[in-house]
Parts: sequence; C-alpha cells; structure tokens
Amino acid sequence: MSPTTIFSPASTPAVAIGGLARLVIGVTALIFVCVSALIAYAVFRFRKRRDDDGSEPPQVYGSNQLELAWTVIPVLIVVVLFLASARVITFVQNADRQADSIHVVAVGHQFWWEYRYPALGVVAANELHVPVSDPARPAPTFITLLSADTDHSFWIPRLGGKTDLIPNRVNSTWIDPYETGLYLGQCAQFCGTQHAKMLLRVYVDSRDDFDRWVRQQREPARAQSQATEGQRVFQTTACINCHAVAGTVAAGQFGPDLTHLMSRDTIGSGIVPNTAENLRAWIRNPESLKPGSRMPSMQLTDSELDAVTAYLVTLR
Amino acid sequence: MSTDSLALAHSEIPPIPLVDRLHGWITTVDHKRLGLLYIAYALVFLCLGGIEAAAMRIQLMAPHLDFVSPQVFNRLFTMHGTTMIFFVVMPLVFGFANYLVPLMIGARDMAFPRLNAFSFWMTAFGGFLLYFSVLGANGLYGAGNAPDVGWFAYAPLTSQTFSPGHSTDFWTLSLLVSGFGSIGTAVNIITTIVCLRCPGMTVQRMPLFVWLNLIMAGLVILAVSPLSAAQLMLLVDRYLGGHFFDTQAGGSAVIWMHFFWIFGHPEVYVLVLPAFAAASEIIPVFSRKPIFGYAVMVGATVCIAFVAMSVWAHHMFTVGMSSSANTFFVLSTMVIAVPTGIKIFNWLATMWGGKLDFKAPMLFCVAFLFQFLVAGLTGIMLGAAPFNWQLGNSYFVVAHFHYVIVGGILFALFGAFYHWFPKMTGRMYNERLAQLHFWLFVIGFHLTFDFMHIPGLLGMPRRIYTYEPGRGWDLLNLIVTVGVAFQAAAVLVFVVNLAISRWFGQRAGNDPWDAWTLEWLTSSPPPGYNFADEPTVQSRRPLWDLKHPDDPDWKYE
Repeated sequence: MSPTTIFSPASTPAVAIGGLARLVIGVTALIFVCVSALIAYAVFRFRKRRDDDGSEPPQVYGSNQLELAWTVIPVLIVVVLFLASARVITFVQNADRQADSIHVVAVGHQFWWEYRYPALGVVAANELHVPVSDPARPAPTFITLLSADTDHSFWIPRLGGKTDLIPNRVNSTWIDPYETGLYLGQCAQFCGTQHAKMLLRVYVDSRDDFDRWVRQQREPARAQSQATEGQRVFQTTACINCHAVAGTVAAGQFGPDLTHLMSRDTIGSGIVPNTAENLRAWIRNPESLKPGSRMPSMQLTDSELDAVTAYLVTLR
Repeated sequence: MSTDSLALAHSEIPPIPLVDRLHGWITTVDHKRLGLLYIAYALVFLCLGGIEAAAMRIQLMAPHLDFVSPQVFNRLFTMHGTTMIFFVVMPLVFGFANYLVPLMIGARDMAFPRLNAFSFWMTAFGGFLLYFSVLGANGLYGAGNAPDVGWFAYAPLTSQTFSPGHSTDFWTLSLLVSGFGSIGTAVNIITTIVCLRCPGMTVQRMPLFVWLNLIMAGLVILAVSPLSAAQLMLLVDRYLGGHFFDTQAGGSAVIWMHFFWIFGHPEVYVLVLPAFAAASEIIPVFSRKPIFGYAVMVGATVCIAFVAMSVWAHHMFTVGMSSSANTFFVLSTMVIAVPTGIKIFNWLATMWGGKLDFKAPMLFCVAFLFQFLVAGLTGIMLGAAPFNWQLGNSYFVVAHFHYVIVGGILFALFGAFYHWFPKMTGRMYNERLAQLHFWLFVIGFHLTFDFMHIPGLLGMPRRIYTYEPGRGWDLLNLIVTVGVAFQAAAVLVFVVNLAISRWFGQRAGNDPWDAWTLEWLTSSPPPGYNFADEPTVQSRRPLWDLKHPDDPDWKYE
C-alpha cells in the first residue's frame, strides 16, 4: 500500500476528512451511475436506425415538470453535502488547543523544513518528531506554519489535509497520530526549482522515545578530538554563515541546524540516507544530488572534504 | 465534381498573387477571416503546448528520470498552462464566436471590424511575446529562459528577489497585451449581439450559441480586468518599488491569489460556455429535435455566470482562510452544480426521443456530455473544503481540470470543428478519418486522465519534476504517459483531415446537416457581408420554418 494514501487515515483530522470523503464519493458515484446510465440508454435506444424513413421525430420543446424535478433534487443533494462539509470545516479548523499539547513552529525554506519547539527549546530540521496520541487520552501536536521565503505547503496525507506556509502570514494545523511510525509527505505548493525534493518525514514516537529524543536534542554539540581539523575548516569556511551548531561559534540561520545532524535518517530534506558518503558528496557539490539547491559548492579540496565529513559525523 | 455555373464563374477570375493574398489576410477586417485566423493561430499553439505536455509526461514516466532538468520542467509546465489557456482555448473560443455570431444573427459583420482586427493582433502578439522569452530572458535565480513561476505565478516567487531576470516580465506583458485583445473582442461581441440582430431576431429567438457567447463576453470583461490590474501591480512591484505582493515589506502573497483566482475561476466559464454553446447547436441538429427547455438553458447560463463570480476562493482552501470564509466558498461552489446539472439534463432530454445520427460532431458532443458529467462530479469532491485539503494541489486536481478543459471543452470544440468545417471551407471533411480521430482521442484521453486521478489520491502533489519510487505512483504515471501517444496520434489525424479536406473534400453545399440556424442559409463559405438579402426570422429555427411551412416553429413559441 502507498505510504502516502489518503485512504489510510491515522489521525483525527484525516479521519474526519476521510468520513466526509466517503460520503461525497458515495453520493457522486450514485449520480454518476444514474446519469451515465441515462446517457448510455439514450445513445442506444434513440440512435438512428438503418431502415430510418427520413421523417423528423416529434418536436418536443420542453417540460416544466421535468425542469423542476432536476432542479429540486440537485438542490437537496447540495444542501446535504454542504452541511456535511461545514461540520468538518468547523471541527478541524476550530479545534481548541489544549494547554499540555505539543507546540511546533514549522518554517518552510527553499527547499527544506525547519522545526522549532519553543516550549522545549529544540530546533530540528526536515524530520519532525511528535509523540503518539492515544484516542482515549489525546495528545495532539499543534503546528504553527510560517515561511522564510516563498509559499510552501505542509501535507502528510495519512495525518491530515494540507495547509500552506505563506510568507508574512501565520497559519496553523494540528495532528494527533494514533500509531507510532514514520509518516511521509512532501511540499504541496510550488516553491521554486527544487519543489519536488522538499520531502516531509514525520516520526511518531512513543511518549518515552519522544521525551528521550527531546532530551538528546537539547544538549549542545559534543567536541570530539579527532574532528578538530574538520571543525576548523567548517568554522573558517562560509559554512557557519548558514548553519548553526549549538555550543560553537556556528550560528547561521539560513540552512538547517546541524547540532544533532547524525540523529537524522536523511539529508537534503529527505532525498538520500544520511551516510558519510552521501554527506561528503552533498558537501562536495549539492547540485549533484539536488540541482537548484540553495547550498553552494564550497570548492573544498579532497582532504578538507574528508575532514569536514569526519567532523559532521560526530554531531550526534 | 460537375462543372456548374459557379465553378465556371470562378475560372474567369485571374488568380491572385500569393503576396496579395497574404496581404489580404493580414489587413483583413472581415469577421470570418479573423475567425479563421484565430482558429489557425490556436492550432499552432495547440501543437506547441502539446509538445510541452508530452515532454513533461516523458519525464514523469518513471521515478527519478533525467529527461529534462528541474529548471526546464518548471518552464515546461508554466508555458504549457499559459499557452493552453490564453493562446489555445481563448483564441479558439473567440475564433468560433467571431465567425459564427454575426452569421447566426443575420448580420453583415461584427459591430467594430477594425477593433476586431486590433483585438486579434493583440492576442497574437501576446503569444509571440510569451515565446520570444525563450530567446532572451532569465528565470528563477537567473537560470535559463522562458517563464518558470507557474501559470498562476504566485507571489513572492515573481518578485525581483526570486526572479531577477526578465522571463516573468515577458509572461506579465504577454498576458497584459493579450488581455487587452480579449477585452476588445468581448466588447465587440456584446455590441454586435445587442445592436446588429436582423429583423425578427428578438433576444428570445437568438440561437443558444449566441446567448452563451454573449454571457461569455460579459464574463471576459469582468474576469480579465482584475487579471490585467494584477499584472500592472506586479510590474509596479518589480520596477517601481511597489509592495503589493512584496512579503518582505509587508505586502501580501494572498492578495495576489485573490486577484488571480477572481480572474481564474470565471475564466473557466469563459472557456466552457462557448463549448456549451457549440454542444447546444450540435446536439439538436444531430438528434433532429429542438433544444429542450430553451428558456431554462438561458436562465441556467446566467445563473452560472453570476455564481461563477463568487467561487474563486475554492482555489484557496489550503491557504488558511477562516472557517466561515471556507464555508461560504463551499456553498457557492456547490450551488453552481445545480445550473450545470440542469444543462446536462436538458441536453440529455434533447437527445431523448430523437433520431441520433452519430456523425463526428455528435460523437464528440456525446463524449463531451459524459466527460463533463465526470468533471462536474470530481469538482463537487474538490468543492467540499475538507476533502480539498487532501486533494488540492495534488494530481487529482490536474486530472479534474483536464477533464473539464480537454474532456469537456476541447471535445465540444472538436465537435464544433467538424460541424462548421463545411460552412467555413465549402468542403466536407472525411468522415472515416474523423471517426478515427474520435476513437484515438477517446482512448488516449481516458488512459491519460482517468488514471491521473489516482496518484493524487495516493499523495502525489502537482508541479514536481520527479518523484520517489515506492509510493504506488510508478505504474499509474506510466499509463498516463502512454495515453499521450494516442492523443498525439489523434491530433495528427485531425490536422491531416482538415488539410486534405480543405482542398480535396466533397463540396458541402449550403446546408449539409439539414440544420436550422441562419448560417446555413447562406453559401459555404459565406460571401463577403454574409447575406445577399437581410434575412427575417419568425422563430428560433428560421430554417425549420422554411423547410416545414406546414408546421413552423413560431406556432409553438
């Protein structure tokens, strides 16, 4: 089964939408069957026969009763579908945010995702971690959606509908996933050259795993002796203009925070696994993995590349 | 062909040199020639837009392909969308209106022939300007040429920051220029219909084709004006330091969306009403019955036009509008299904009890009816805002609006091509080739656009140049691409048929379909100024009255 199907909802907003979707699909399917059967019948029954005598059929100009019937019946259907839609709109959009819910600020960038947890003091990138929510005792995650540059859209089909991230505007959405695991999605609003490779990954952790992840993310970077050469290259090249590593001089805001880079499964906003080789290839020339990426190639020598890669893999 | 007196009379006229003939076409103010110019122009751009679509489909045939770069892909979908809407369907629509409206109301020409020529050339130069950008303009981050911000050109991607080159300017100016042409044509169509109807042609006796084009022209004025205003604002933003859409300086990206879609949604009806118009003439003739519920059809169209002005934000259900705004736009969007349904039932009732003759025009109209039904139903799904939060900006939307524009509009317009080809050229088209065109196109259309719905339901967003494997999208995308080959073959058959029949088709005579509206009264092709004597009408079907003096329509109206 597709990991991004809308027909396998695992969160309250997605379930509510799924219920409405079933109703709408059911009603429209019924209309489709009835009307297309009428068309098919007309095409078959009233086709011109081979032995046609060439006379004109009876000339009928209209019927007020029929017009009334096919006005009133659609109006009733519209009323039903409208009320059902309005109910789900209110339910999803006007949900109250509970005091103990998790709050995440998601910032869309060309072409990656920044996740800030203001209450927890965590800054992460590209891989969103949220706690699982027991339907009996819901623990929803509320997400404030901002953009640093152009329009983006946050869409995890199994967890809920999409909401756009628009510069100079504050949007929000919420999810309460029922099961732990990895949920996929991707940016759903054209945002520039690499719109296609701005993938979304949501890790739904058990409460304990989530708390452990938060504790680990809050720690500053640990210095490792064998990586000092790489750290020197990192800090003396333009890397730190864009990237932050907590506890060091690197405090850039333009690119993903690298303090706990190796705690992530992927790099480049979900495009390749986070291995030393992929990291090295990415630093050597981001264009080779993601043409149009905003990260420039710094023209590092092979030994500098090795050193920086060795440094980055210590950032756990 | 027998050498009748008409042919002999022609042979005595010395042939006109090619240069003079071309000069005649370029300087013409005749509504029929301008109509044909619009149509020919649209066919050229149809081929360009089709090639762009085919290139995109090859790229998306399988995951992680490298047929085109992301930069080129973004240009392809921008140019494909802009081309197909503004330089294919709109010129086609205007071409048919230009050619047929004066004939159907018994007029000599459009009300403002020179404005008519001006409007055509504005539209034409708009298209040339768009494609000129390929030669000399830079796109996002100065990369390459041709506009690459999408046909919807959302702010702030169009700002100097993100699009420092001139490709966005070419896009803006191209739509601005062709927009003036569209407004000129709309004014012309309205004036012609209001002022130039022949004696006896009261508004209640106008063919539905004329009614629907009148309403279409009104919508053009209402819809294209805000688009032109938005383009000027964008130019001010880019060159004069305006901040309408500049989010860094407090501008609003959402206001652009409102401007664009208050054009964009009525635009859908600008394109679809002329398709309805063609179907409303073709279905009665090939069913041998008058249109069912004439007055209701007019009323439903007026309703559609009114409601169409208040549904635009259903393109914006995901931008975070308030729940009350979302609810309002759900209601207005679903309400529009009622008059649209009424039209479908009236066409069906027109066929009911008739003698359906499945010549190519009728075949295309029956397919139009069926496909427009499906497009309307997926439209209802998209109109339910919460469902739209899942479906919006996914391939489901792409499938839906191609169902409207190809399955609905283009099918009806292909029907119109075959129906009026004998009138425009004086020759019959080849029926067997036309049937081949129909079946190839039906197969290709359904392979492509039926299967395109499903990746959307499986989470595939639109406007992506490639996608990840393992999401259940691969096979579906391959099938979609295969359908394109059938559609391309069908269009080739169509063009060959038109070209061969134009010179070698059988002579059509004035009225090959035994039809009822005034254009079939005059010769094929009609002479300059259309009618030797000004016609007089007494009913909606003047030629029926002539052919059936014992049982004329005016007895029943």
